[in-house]
Amino acid sequence: MYNFEFEKPSTVADAVAALAGDEAQALGGGQTLIPTMKQRLASPSKLVSLSGITEMQGVQREGASLTIGGAVSHADVAAQATDYPALAEMAGHIGDPAVRNRGTIGGSLANNDPSADYPAAALASAATVVTNAREIAADDYFQGMFDTALEDGEIITGVKFLVPQAANYQKFVQPASRFALVGVFVAKHADGVRVAVTGASEEGVFRWSEAEAALDADFSADAIAGLTLDPSGMIGDLHGTKEYRAHLVGVMTKRAVAAAD
Amino acid sequence: MAKVSMTVNGKAASADVEGRTLLVSFLREELGLTGVHVGCDTSQCGACVVHVDGKAVKSCTMLALEAEGSEVATIEGQAAEDGSLNTIQAAFQEHHGLQCGFCTPGMVMSAAALLKDNPKPSEQEIRTYLEGNLCRCTGYHNIVKSIMAASGQDVSALAAE
Ligand SMILES: Cc1cc2nc3c(=O)[nH]c(=O)nc-3n(C[C@H](O)[C@H](O)[C@H](O)COP(=O)(O)OP(=O)(O)OC[C@H]3O[C@@H](n4cnc5c(N)ncnc54)[C@H](O)[C@@H]3O)c2cc1C
Ligand code: FES
Ligand code: FES
Repeated sequence: MYNFEFEKPSTVADAVAALAGDEAQALGGGQTLIPTMKQRLASPSKLVSLSGITEMQGVQREGASLTIGGAVSHADVAAQATDYPALAEMAGHIGDPAVRNRGTIGGSLANNDPSADYPAAALASAATVVTNAREIAADDYFQGMFDTALEDGEIITGVKFLVPQAANYQKFVQPASRFALVGVFVAKHADGVRVAVTGASEEGVFRWSEAEAALDADFSADAIAGLTLDPSGMIGDLHGTKEYRAHLVGVMTKRAVAAAD
Repeated sequence: MAKVSMTVNGKAASADVEGRTLLVSFLREELGLTGVHVGCDTSQCGACVVHVDGKAVKSCTMLALEAEGSEVATIEGQAAEDGSLNTIQAAFQEHHGLQCGFCTPGMVMSAAALLKDNPKPSEQEIRTYLEGNLCRCTGYHNIVKSIMAASGQDVSALAAE
């Protein structure tokens, strides 16, 4: 890894200022960024650590929403998001314990890996991504593989989840990487069901609208038994073909509906 | 260069490091704690697991400067002053939980983190917890057995040695 300057501010305002320079980049838990820098696929001239910013910590319930600080680790979400059990359960199965102790929700959503878990949870929960500058609805936030609505230097300071009436996340694990080969997050809200799929599409996380419509009419695994997804546009690689992934989306969605509580 | 200070195995340690200095490099190269192993350097294998403020982390994927002011524990601090092994280490020895020993420092540190949170884990809980610790030798059975034994549970029903 090439050398860089290191700064560890204690407020969001100072972090935004430190990121203003050209090749500066935010450092969350480093669980994606450090390996990327070792491969020299990224070579920022300055890293601005977000781990010393207390205003980006904490998990808070306010009415129907649960707000998680942008620098909260996966392990802390697993332990503290007890008001939203499906989310806590999802966070508790990311990677392995050491990865969960460092990796953060903000880093995962900023990275938007096409196989990451948080994007599915955020999209299914109609979450709002809160940054130093604005609030972005999940429906507008994810813009394709590794692409998001974030501007350069913009920091995710928190994420507001709408706690659903019932929800479940089903992850078909790719055992070597521990990422999702396919993951489906189903959330039943007062105003409708949302089904978000990760790991499957070349466009990254997406909502499966046909399944949502069928589940709005009848929230049962049988309601989607006849639905199929078009394999074109799915990811096909050595771990699974496009057809296999399209099929798995249906299976995982049914399991998530059956398990939702 | 910037100065970093932390407490490692109960002793104060500090050095001038670069931004890019990894915690594992600081521990091995500055402090000579070469029990902290680098197996993959890509956050996969867990041979480099140490505790930072009581939590298991992969020290190959954390910057030394991020550990400023922290309490760090490595395999070197696990045995008593006189060299006698702690319960987990002794169980690994007793139940043949290692062969070449390369993964063992990370296994022992992960096991210690697990038993702190979950003093009587089931076999499945141990296997799940060790997802980020790879062993190329043992086939894991005796590692799981060692950790169960270290937690004071009966291991006679587990796979034979
Ligand atoms: C072995 C292993 C297994 C893994 N398994 C899984 C898995 O099963 N599922 C899964 O979803 N993920 C998995 N991950 C990825 C892990 O969840 C990462 O923690 C996460 O993707 C990145 O979060 P981070 O905090 O480590 O971010 P970093 O690596 O620090 O940063 C990632 C990117 O986000 C930016 N960034 C960081 N924080 C912010 C912020 N608050 N605001 C704006 N930008 C920010 C950085 O500049 C960088 O571009 C795994 C990683 C490893 C090493
Ligand atoms: S050396 Fe750190 S995980 Fe392999
Ligand atoms: S004992 Fe050799 S790698 Fe585990």
